[in-house]
Amino acid sequence: MASIFQGIGAATAISSSTSFDSKKLIFSAPRFHLEKKGSFLVVRSDGKMSNGISGRAEKLVTNAVAAKADAPAASTTSKSGHELLLFEALREGLEEEMDRDPRVCVMGEDVGHYGGSYKVTKGLAPKFGDLRVLDTPIAENSFTGMGIGAAMTGLRPVIEGMNMGFLLLAFNQISNNCGMLHYTSGGQFTIPVVIRGPGGVGRQLGAEHSQRLESYFQSIPGIQMVACSTPYNAKGLMKAAIRSENPVILFEHVLLYNLKEKIPDEEYICNLEEAEMVRPGEHVTILTYSRMRYHVMQAAKTLVNKGYDPEVIDIRSLKPFDLHTIGNSVKKTHRVLIVEECMRTGGIGASLTAAINENFQDYLDAPIVCLSSQDVPTPYAGTLEEYTIVQPAQIVTAVEQLCQ
Amino acid sequence: MATWFLKSRSVLQCVKTRAGLHQIICNRSLKGASLHSKALQLEDDLDYSENEAWYFPGGAVPFTSKINFIADSSEERIHCYRVLDNSGHHMLSNTSKLISKELAVQLYSSMVTLQMMDTVFNEVQRQGRTSFYMTSHGEEAINIASAAALSNEDIILPQYREHGVLLWRGFSLQEFANQLFANKADKGKGRQMPMHYGSNKHNYITVSSPLGTQIPQAVGVAYSLKMEKKDACVVTYFGDGTTSEGDFHAGLNFAAVLEVPVIFFCRNNGWAISTPVTEQFRSDGIAVKGRAYGIPSIRVDGNDALAIYDAMQEARKIAIKEQKPILIEALTYRVGHHSTSDDSTKYRAREEIEQWKADRNPISRYRNWIEGNGWWNEEQESTLRGSVRKQLMNAIGVAEKAERPALTDLFADVYHDMPTNLQEQERSLTETIRKHPQDFPSGFAVASQI
Repeated sequence: MASIFQGIGAATAISSSTSFDSKKLIFSAPRFHLEKKGSFLVVRSDGKMSNGISGRAEKLVTNAVAAKADAPAASTTSKSGHELLLFEALREGLEEEMDRDPRVCVMGEDVGHYGGSYKVTKGLAPKFGDLRVLDTPIAENSFTGMGIGAAMTGLRPVIEGMNMGFLLLAFNQISNNCGMLHYTSGGQFTIPVVIRGPGGVGRQLGAEHSQRLESYFQSIPGIQMVACSTPYNAKGLMKAAIRSENPVILFEHVLLYNLKEKIPDEEYICNLEEAEMVRPGEHVTILTYSRMRYHVMQAAKTLVNKGYDPEVIDIRSLKPFDLHTIGNSVKKTHRVLIVEECMRTGGIGASLTAAINENFQDYLDAPIVCLSSQDVPTPYAGTLEEYTIVQPAQIVTAVEQLCQ
Repeated sequence: MATWFLKSRSVLQCVKTRAGLHQIICNRSLKGASLHSKALQLEDDLDYSENEAWYFPGGAVPFTSKINFIADSSEERIHCYRVLDNSGHHMLSNTSKLISKELAVQLYSSMVTLQMMDTVFNEVQRQGRTSFYMTSHGEEAINIASAAALSNEDIILPQYREHGVLLWRGFSLQEFANQLFANKADKGKGRQMPMHYGSNKHNYITVSSPLGTQIPQAVGVAYSLKMEKKDACVVTYFGDGTTSEGDFHAGLNFAAVLEVPVIFFCRNNGWAISTPVTEQFRSDGIAVKGRAYGIPSIRVDGNDALAIYDAMQEARKIAIKEQKPILIEALTYRVGHHSTSDDSTKYRAREEIEQWKADRNPISRYRNWIEGNGWWNEEQESTLRGSVRKQLMNAIGVAEKAERPALTDLFADVYHDMPTNLQEQERSLTETIRKHPQDFPSGFAVASQI
């Protein structure tokens, strides 16, 4: 029973010897059930899905080191759906929304004919024109402000920061205006912008290009923050963010753009406020997001071999937290491990630890453990950089200690 | 001989080149990718001597063999457009079209209303009944005349000393008072400090305190007008001090590159709290900066209502027809203090203030003109002032006694729909107030459904 509902991801994670045979069963049976219910391929915009039906899209990446573009997608017997890379999924979502609503526009540096520094906007300028896919001069605070102004008068801009770190220059507009003007104007002006861009620690990009801006932005009232981690949720979150009336910051990760996955042909949207159950389990709740999800899944492989049954949740919604999904998990496992890329001080993990302690204190059998990067600027040297990121081995050790 | 031949040929070529390059550059703006990538490529079919000039994006650049630094300032400052002389007489050499009597009188009564409103509301703060106020004394002409030249479809992004624009558009004295007292009827629902007015009905975007943030936003608004091909423009106001902010420079640059219909209106009133313009910049004011960004600019007498009206009308025409930004610098003086938290006599001479108040008063100057035309007299003056005073007192009385915003207004509008975490916080706060009502302000309305 559990194996069916765990979906394909769990099948491949368990062991290869059984995966071939069980794959047939696993793929066809839930698909049959779920297609009937209509909730496999289509997630409604309010994100309601039956609990227990999970792992539909997390089936594909077995290799936790997401940077490898040639990580074989777990083969699927599904005939429909199409395979693409994460950055293409983002583009597909963006393009669909631009087709659907003429008010959606894109602005940022080199997003036009250059196609964006990570090619998310490639092909959009020739299709929609230079005005709707706008190349701006280099002034982040100013083009963010521009997006806010355009939003207040009816457009739905998608603002791209070439690297999330550069959006620190736009902090004033994001904090004092984007997050606030709906409130301070007494609800008269709405700001339905999407601010997106690549962030996180890459491969030797240096300190200023390795920022985790979710730490700095999480306090700003009035904004929502989501982090995508798979092509499936990247497209779904992009579409949801554009349709939202609130300003949404969509965090992408530099190393995840070449992830490959097969996503549905039908239109779908992911819920902005919902966490994603990656791997149901019984022993410990591991909360993570973005690239660390893959380190966690790699550690999960090892843990399963050692006899542990971790429940892995990709929290996806960084502001607000999906305390419903998280709470249900904590009530089941009673142990929490948070794995993040943020720095120890003031990161998402810090806030999440506080929120769980506050709300689910009674259900915890052990103090929450939070694995984060250290409070240091990310060094350039490869070895040093690797030390600042939580590695699968640390995750395994932490779970072992937590489950003693 | 060879040199002469070379020179004359190249002069011809330069002209041809300039025309040809101009065409190419025009074609390049907002067109397809094919021309984009050739932005800096050398044109090989142009036949000019590379010793005389060379092609660089923007046009042919002639060479010179003299080291010559462009001076940091011109010998003559940029001229200032005015229609009325110091005593309010229409300068005959002026090209302005005369406005109708009706409009002229309307302009005057609005300026007087603004002046009285500022005086009274300022007093109310001094009495401790409100917390803060900023007057626009000395800048009434800028406020009213600039607004009068616009249509109601034009969108305004103010700084904070342009409430006269909102007054002209129909925001009532009662609505102003409501905002100052932050009562339930305030359009901003009591969330912003005084002077931070906003009204989507009047196309006046809510004031945000940090300086200059409205400038790039104005470009964004203009961009949306351009996309929708609306017959309207955007006007954003700011003071001399704000032109030092990064957003000013980037905003002007963007507007020029994007070719959007936005009017940048700078109220150069000489002071940024205690910083005089001599310590704010070293350029010839603001108008000179327009050229640096490729924006047409004009300097006007900010205390001459007719000059402002003219300039704004013209600017609006160009902005919309040619889809390009305009920069207007209005020279004026901040007669009042920066705000009620400031005492400007601490950093400037009283005589200076008095001089501008008496000798260069925009309202009395304009009054001379309309009285000179037989359109106004003392009787009308006292009737107007009496009526405005009464309305003000009434509005203040009503606003002061009005109900304060309910608790639910604390949590609403942070997001489009209230998320669960805020609902939880609202519940928690309501509970606390119910348990300890003596610790909270009385008359603090709690939403009944919680």
